[in-house]
Parts: sequence; structure tokens; C-alpha cells
Amino acid sequence: MKPSTQASAATLLRRISLDITGLPPSTEDVENYISQEGTLDTEKAIDHYLSLPAYGEKMTRDWLDVARYADSHGYQDDSYRTMWPWRDWVIHAFNENIPYDKFLTYQLAGDLLPDATKETVLATAFNRNHPITQEGGVIDEEYRSTYVSDRTNTLGKGILGITLECAKCHDHKYDPFSQEDYYGMYAFFNQVNEKGLRMDAVQAKNQKYYADAPYISISDDDVKGILSFINKPDTGNIKLMVMNDSVARETFVLERGAYDLPTDKVAAVAPKDILEFSDEYAQNRLGLAKWLTDNRNPLTARVYVNRLWAIIFGQGIVKTIEDFGSQGSLPTHPELLDWLAVDFMENGWDIKYILKKILSSATYAQSSHLTPELKEKDPENILLARGSRFRLSAEEVRDYALATSGLLNGEVGGPSVKPYQPPGLWEETNAGGNRGILTNYVTDAGEKLYRRSLYTFWKRTLPPPSMTIFDAPNRDLCEVRRQKTNTPLQALAMQNDEQILECARVLSTEIASKTHGEEAILEAFHRILLRPPTTDEMEVLNGYYDEYLEKFRKNPEAAAGILNVGRYPSANADSSESAALMMVSQVLYNLDETISKE
Amino acid sequence: MEEQLLNERLKLNRRHFFSKLSAGIGTLALGSLMIPEVFRGSNLSTETDQFTLGIPHFAPKAKRIIYLFQAGAPSQLESFDYKPLLRERMGEDLPESIRNGQRLTGMTANQTRFPLVGSFADFKQYGQNGTWVSDYFPHIGKISDEICIINSMNTDAINHDPAITFMQTGNQISGRPSMGSWFSYGLGSDNKNLPSFVVLTSRGKGNSQGLYSKLWSSGFLDSRHQGVLLRSGKDPVLYLNDPEGMTREDKRIMLDKVADLNSAHYEDVLDDEIQTRIAQYEMAYRMQMSVPEVVDLKKEPESVIKLYGAEALIPGTYAANCLLARRLAENGVRFIQLYHQGWDQHGNLPNEMSQQAKDVDQASAALVLDLKQRGLLEDTLVIWGGEFGRTNYCQGTFRADNYGRDHHPRSYSIWLAGGGVKKGITYGQTDEFGYNIVKDPLHVHNFHATLLHLFGLDHKQLTFKYQGRRFRLTDVAGNVVNDLIA
Repeated sequence: MKPSTQASAATLLRRISLDITGLPPSTEDVENYISQEGTLDTEKAIDHYLSLPAYGEKMTRDWLDVARYADSHGYQDDSYRTMWPWRDWVIHAFNENIPYDKFLTYQLAGDLLPDATKETVLATAFNRNHPITQEGGVIDEEYRSTYVSDRTNTLGKGILGITLECAKCHDHKYDPFSQEDYYGMYAFFNQVNEKGLRMDAVQAKNQKYYADAPYISISDDDVKGILSFINKPDTGNIKLMVMNDSVARETFVLERGAYDLPTDKVAAVAPKDILEFSDEYAQNRLGLAKWLTDNRNPLTARVYVNRLWAIIFGQGIVKTIEDFGSQGSLPTHPELLDWLAVDFMENGWDIKYILKKILSSATYAQSSHLTPELKEKDPENILLARGSRFRLSAEEVRDYALATSGLLNGEVGGPSVKPYQPPGLWEETNAGGNRGILTNYVTDAGEKLYRRSLYTFWKRTLPPPSMTIFDAPNRDLCEVRRQKTNTPLQALAMQNDEQILECARVLSTEIASKTHGEEAILEAFHRILLRPPTTDEMEVLNGYYDEYLEKFRKNPEAAAGILNVGRYPSANADSSESAALMMVSQVLYNLDETISKE
Repeated sequence: MEEQLLNERLKLNRRHFFSKLSAGIGTLALGSLMIPEVFRGSNLSTETDQFTLGIPHFAPKAKRIIYLFQAGAPSQLESFDYKPLLRERMGEDLPESIRNGQRLTGMTANQTRFPLVGSFADFKQYGQNGTWVSDYFPHIGKISDEICIINSMNTDAINHDPAITFMQTGNQISGRPSMGSWFSYGLGSDNKNLPSFVVLTSRGKGNSQGLYSKLWSSGFLDSRHQGVLLRSGKDPVLYLNDPEGMTREDKRIMLDKVADLNSAHYEDVLDDEIQTRIAQYEMAYRMQMSVPEVVDLKKEPESVIKLYGAEALIPGTYAANCLLARRLAENGVRFIQLYHQGWDQHGNLPNEMSQQAKDVDQASAALVLDLKQRGLLEDTLVIWGGEFGRTNYCQGTFRADNYGRDHHPRSYSIWLAGGGVKKGITYGQTDEFGYNIVKDPLHVHNFHATLLHLFGLDHKQLTFKYQGRRFRLTDVAGNVVNDLIA
């Protein structure tokens, strides 16, 4: 089978922009990077997008799934927590291109570094992102043990790509991990000065206790100094949960994983079948981080490079990106994976470097068009004889609409925001009005409605439906691979979600205030799809526009009704024209192409 | 083919990866324009090879489930597990020989005394077998010949979150698929215009615990098996309603334009996902018709409303949800999951529980009778119950007419009706103190195994491979309890 031809310049630019920033290119980008002759300056475009803050946001979005990030504690009452400063750090770390080995070391053991700073301590919030119960009456040790397990499992699944958690209750059935190995790893995370339950949701609400000890306090002075990457809105200190090793606990193998059935004592040690945990590593999280990022560790770099590959190509070189063990899938291109992993490490675990390498490749630049031959011989595109084509992620779908309509608020970082959500969802299922502070959903106002979706408030027990409908996980656990489904509920959301409709309305009225008729349609098409329409497409849309323009001229009330959505003010334009163009824009936002990366 | 693929994939090496390309694309042919089966996600190919044997594994007795989940854990001692001894020994301490060092929740662990407390409600015998049911539930008492009361349910979890998660997913920690998702995965849908797994919620006046969408999550199964929340009010399914100013005709025209452009694009790129997208838009359009129709209770005759009680006309009440559940069942929805909040009576139990019971008693019984009169009870399984039981001793201040009960995972009561379950029986037994099970314990895993069996599914064979392991609803346990099956 032969490789496919290169994708068109417009398609490739859109693909690159989406892959690096999670956003479509602007219409100016199209002019800047595609020449008159229609060739794309790929390198210039890649460098440009890698330099934008939106790059860090896009990379962070993926890491939030791994890190099971949320703005609520989870479990029964699911009240508020302040973890967002950690998210600001992740964005900062990606944008500053902190090497991946350091990125991991800070998050796993930033508090134990000899030259630890408040920044590196802050990064350890990674391992406090797990759910914490606030259900009165729980058995403390049961939950504390669950938190330690969660960290162990997250390291296994998210960073090492192994199903270590299978060895929690018994020796692993397929891979060379014993139950002792599991608790050896568990021991690293078992020294935290934490409790299973510190405060129930009602107490926490009354005392404004939004971070469970241990935590650090972030002041305005910090934000002026070493923590300048935090987008802190108000004065007053913010508490952020972090790791410490201030309780020297002994660790035991737990029979069948039960917190109250300790058996043999174990020391903190990582599985030798991955890499011998020799004396050169300290027996604490810092030693673990060194073991993890040792160039001899066969998994860490491969797993990360594989995940980057999966984000870009839709599936990993090892398809089961959470399981590199014997039960996972075999790599489709083992040499390529090895080579990329080695190249990544040899170049100082430089994430931007390895991304650029992949994005500059001929494989990446191929057209995603299928042929009957390709379809028959390689329906899943295992051979990579074509570019991949798949739906955007939940966040990207919403961000795409915001960006193309001009509504997107580009502010970086800060506390989570509450955009439109169908009313009543939190209220219908809460445990009563006083159980924590997340019992009622109060939609934000103004510019906060239009932030990128990674800032959307994440309540674990009821995540934003516009996200979960498009396969976002609920963030109870580390997740590394989202499904890519295609469902009727997605069709309903694209047609009727207030946010998408508002985008269509704002885009259309703005265009209608400047231009009319066919030119307006062309402009809307170009803004949303970033390519010129074909003659056939134009014919369909022209006819549709004319039909509705006439309808709305005859029935101004219908036009007013259609335009009555969302809070953002409309540009001053003829309402029949605006409404007719809005119908066209809705068609465009509902196209498969619009929400797909081609 | 496999070998050929393997050879091909080895060819794509480093050099290939960076090579410059010049090969041309062959002529594009128009693929089949057949609309694939609706409600079909794109991950199907990875899922089809998951079953080791054909489904069903054996002849099914039941086709659909209505699960009336009583969230918060109603007391078995004021409902179906009659313990006169507790009244006789009211106020005496729970003998240590009975408690036997069992763990307690953090709420009563520090209590110095554990005074036994008898039911404030009286009990009566009903039906041919003289089934004991408390006065809080007279309507359910009257259908005792139709139902199977189980007084020996037991669970591993002692707090709400893990217990309700365990009951619904077979695991205490979230992340596994919900029961409804497993049934949807195993059996699919009987109605192409409605989802196969539907969730309804309502709330009583008693002390409640929150509900979480993870309870109806499909976990690692394809998200088309996720429970779809049907809400009362104008948007029964999220984003169901067309925006202001848009008529059905407008919507039809719009969808035709979308389909025209999508089809044209399909001809260009030949990606079947586009075809699926077109089909899903059609399905969504049909749902916009079928959902409002099925949730419209106004068409029900007065006799039916009378059966369920006047509250059935108030959207969002338990009674309305029971009636809606019957309509969904009639329309081929596989798994209908109700949750009714408010059963967490740590204190003020007599008062709160009588209220809670009033909200659900008539409608629960009505649902069973209504299904029966329509000939649907035979193959519809109705389940009624919570996530654990409540202690036989008092939590907090003790008074004979006002007391509370803490969580008790060691025994509790649920009941089943229809769907091939024996009727008119009481299964399992606790000791005189209502503390320990003395006969026929029914653990959650066995409960799940038995339910699957009723649907012709072998709980050991209904698996999904994820993270290198074949997962089941019953985890690594579960036995079918044949004594429950008619």
C-alpha cells in the first residue's frame, strides 16, 4: 500500500493548529502561513502555534484527565476545593516547555527536592487531585488507604502504562507484578500527613475549608514573585492541597486489598521487572521520580510519546495506551515507537521538540481521504497510509464554536468558571441545600461565559453535560484514553445547546452588520470551515439563505425569536438578514467536518 | 490477512516516517449510503468481538427491568423484616454476643450504649402466605402475593457512596459500568427511537443523600450504553427542545441541508463516521418526537391515575416516575432506573419514614398491578430497595416514639416482582434481633448474578476486556440463586 498524498494547505494548517493549540487557525493565520500559490509554510506555522499560550492550555487539557482534576471533592456531598492554582502551574509548565522528566519529578516529589521551591511544592498537588470523602461517619483508615491506592494506580496507568492496580488484591495474573510490588509502590505515597475524613461537607462549608491538610497557602506576595504564573483574581490567601512525607507509616501488604487486613511488611520499592530499584535511588518519592525518569526505565518515555501520538493520530502506536503489559495491544510500529522514545530522551525530554518532530513528518501531513482500497485493506488505519480523521474532543468542540464566532475569551488561567448549563441539574440531585457549597449552579456573567472549556467548573458527581456527552470522563479516576462515540445526544447538543446557538447568532449578526447576501454566506463559511466552499455547497447554502430571508422578511417575529439566544449583545444589523445567516451558520456548525479534525 | 498486515506495518519505519510523498490517490468511489443501525457508536468494532458465546446464553425469562431504587437506605425493620423482639426488649443494650465486634460507622462508633429499638410502626400479615409488612406500606402489603420479599440482602459497604456504587456497579469504587449499562451492552435496545437505559430521579422529604451521574455511567463500556437522564419539565432529555422560533418544519429543512452537505463531503472523504453522523441526526430528530410522546402522562386514563395516586400527574414525583417507567417499559426501554432520595433516617425516623413511605407505597404497588393487568409483569422485573439496611439499635437520643438508626450492611430487605421471580414468598431470614442473617444470605454479587440469569445472561460470560482484564458486573464472585427463580 502506498502512502497518501499530502493534505491540502488549508486542511493541514487547521490540523496543525488544532493539534498544537486545540483551536482552529484564525483567518489571519491562513493568510500568514499559506502563500499565494497555496503552499503552507509548515515549520513557521508549527513554531508559531508552539509559542502561543493556547499550546499550554491544550496540553493541560489532556493532563487533567490523567491527573483526575476537578473543582470538587467527589463522593457523597461533592463540595468545593481550590485546586485550580495547580492547573495554572501545569499550563505554565507546558508553555515554559519544562522537560517531561522534570515535569514528572516536580509533581511526584517537588516537596522533597534539595532545592525545593514553593513552585515545586505546588506541583505536588497532582497527587491530591483524587476524590476525598466528606461523608460523615466513614471509617477514616478505609478512605486514607483508598487515597494512597489512587496515587499508586494513577502512577501505574497514567505514567507507566501498566495495570499495576490488578496487583492490589492478588498477584498480577498476566504481568510480572506481585502484590508485594503493588504495596512496595504504595509505600511511597503512604507517608502523607492526611486523614480519610477531616471534615464533613456541612462543617467544611461553615469553616470555608476548601483544601484538606496538608496544604500550602498562596498569598498575593507569592503571586507577585515566584508564583507569578497564577492568575489570582482577589486578595486573600488560597489554600492548595499538596503532598508531604511527615508521617512515617509502615506499609503492609493488605490481604485482598482490604485496609483492615494487613499482612507482611514491605519497604518502598518500585517493581524490579521494569528497572531494578537499586541503592542509588532514595526510598522516597524523590527516589521514585529518579527511577521513573532514569533513561534506562523502558516505560516512562515510551508511554508519554505514545500518548502524544494518540492525541495527534487518534490512536497510539500501542493502542492500549493505558496498558503496555502482555494483555495490552502490541505496538503497530515498534521500531518507530522505540526510536521516538529514545530521541525524546536524548533531546532532554523536550516535549515541544518531539511534537515538532512528529508534526513535521510526512506521515502526519498525509491527506485523511479514504479510498475503497484503503477502507478494505486497512479500515482502522493501522498502517498509517493516510492521515487520521476523527471528531474533536468535547472541549475542542465548544472552543471551536467560541473561537470561530469571535466570542472566545483568551484569558489564561485562574479559577474555574460556570458557563451555560441546562438549569436544575445540580439542584435535582444534591443532598440538600446545606451540604457543601455546590448544591446550586449559578451561571457566571459576562466574559466568564466564554473562557476555554478547560476552565469550565468540574463537579465530579455531575460534570458539565456538554462535556460528558462528547465522551469526557467524570474525573473520579485517572483516565488516559477517551472514547470517540457518535451519538444522537451529540446531535441534539450541537443543534440546541445555548452556547452553540449563541455562537451562530453572534457570528451571523456581526457579518450581517458588514456585508450581505452571497458575500455574507462566504464569510460565514470561511470563518467556520477555514476553506472556500465548493460550487455545490454554495448552491445549497444560497438557496437556503434566500428561502429564509424571505420567510423572515414576512415574519419579523420569527426572526426575533431565532435571534433571541444567549446573553452577548448582537451587532447592529438587519434582523432578517442576521436570522437567515444564523440558519446558515447553524447548518455549518452542525457539519461533521466542522467538529472533525481532517 | 493478519500476517500481511503485520508485514506491512513493519515497513513503516523511521525512514518512511520522514519520507517525502508523491503517490497519487486512486479514483474515489462512492461508498454505500446505507444508514447503519442507529445508536451505534464508532467504537463498535472493538466491542463486537467481546463476547465469547452468543447472546442470550440461555432462554431468558425477563426482557426489561424497572429498578425502584430507594436511595439513602430505608429501614428494613420498619418495612419488611418484622422483629417483635425489638419492641419487647426496647431500650436494652444490643448483646455483644449478637454484635460480635462488627464494625460501626464513624457516627455511632463513639456511642457508649446501643439501645435496641422496636419498630414504631405496627406490622400486619397479608396474602395467602401471611407475609408480614409494616403499616407504613399498606399498598405493598396488599400485593404481597405478587412479590418476593428478600430479608437477607447484605453488602460489603457501610457508607452511602461506596454502598450505592457497589449496588449499581458491583464495585465500591467508581469507574465500573452501571448495571443498566451492562444490560444495554448485553441485550441492546428494543426501541430504535429511545435509549436502552433511562434514569429518572425524584426526592422525598426525608434526610437525603446526593445522587451522582457515575451511578448511570457506562464506565469503560461504549458511552452509548450510558443511562440517559429523563427529567421532568420542558426538556426531558438534555438539549431535546428546538430553540425559540424554530418549527418542526424549519428543523426538518435544516437537517436536510446538513445531510446534503455531509453526504457531499462523504463522497469526498469516504469516512463512514460521516454516515453514522447523518444517521444519528435522524435518530435525534425522531427522539424529539418520541420522547415528548412517551413522557406525556396526560393521555393516561383516569383509572390509571387513580391507581398510582393523584401525584402521578405532578411531573417529577415518584408516582409520576413510576407511571412513566411503565410507559417506557411498554416502549421497549431495556433498563429503567428510578432513584428516590430521602431514606437516610439517622434521626426522627418514625416521622420521616412514614412520610417517605407515603410517597412511594401506592405508586410502587400500582406499578406492579398495572404491569400485571397489561400482561407485562411476566417479562418485566421490578426491583424495590436501597443500598444497605439500618441498625436495630438507636442512633442518637433514644425515645420509643422518636429515634434514629445508623447504617447496617449486614442485613436488609428488598423486594422483587415479575420477570420470572417466584412470587408470594419471603426469602432469607435474620435472627430475632434483626442483626445477623441466619438463613439464605443474598450478597450483592449473587443478586447481580441472579438478575443477569433471569435475562438469559451468564454473569461469567458477559465480560468486557479493559486494561488487560475481562471485567464482569459480578467482579470475581457471584452465584445464581435458583431458589428465587420461578
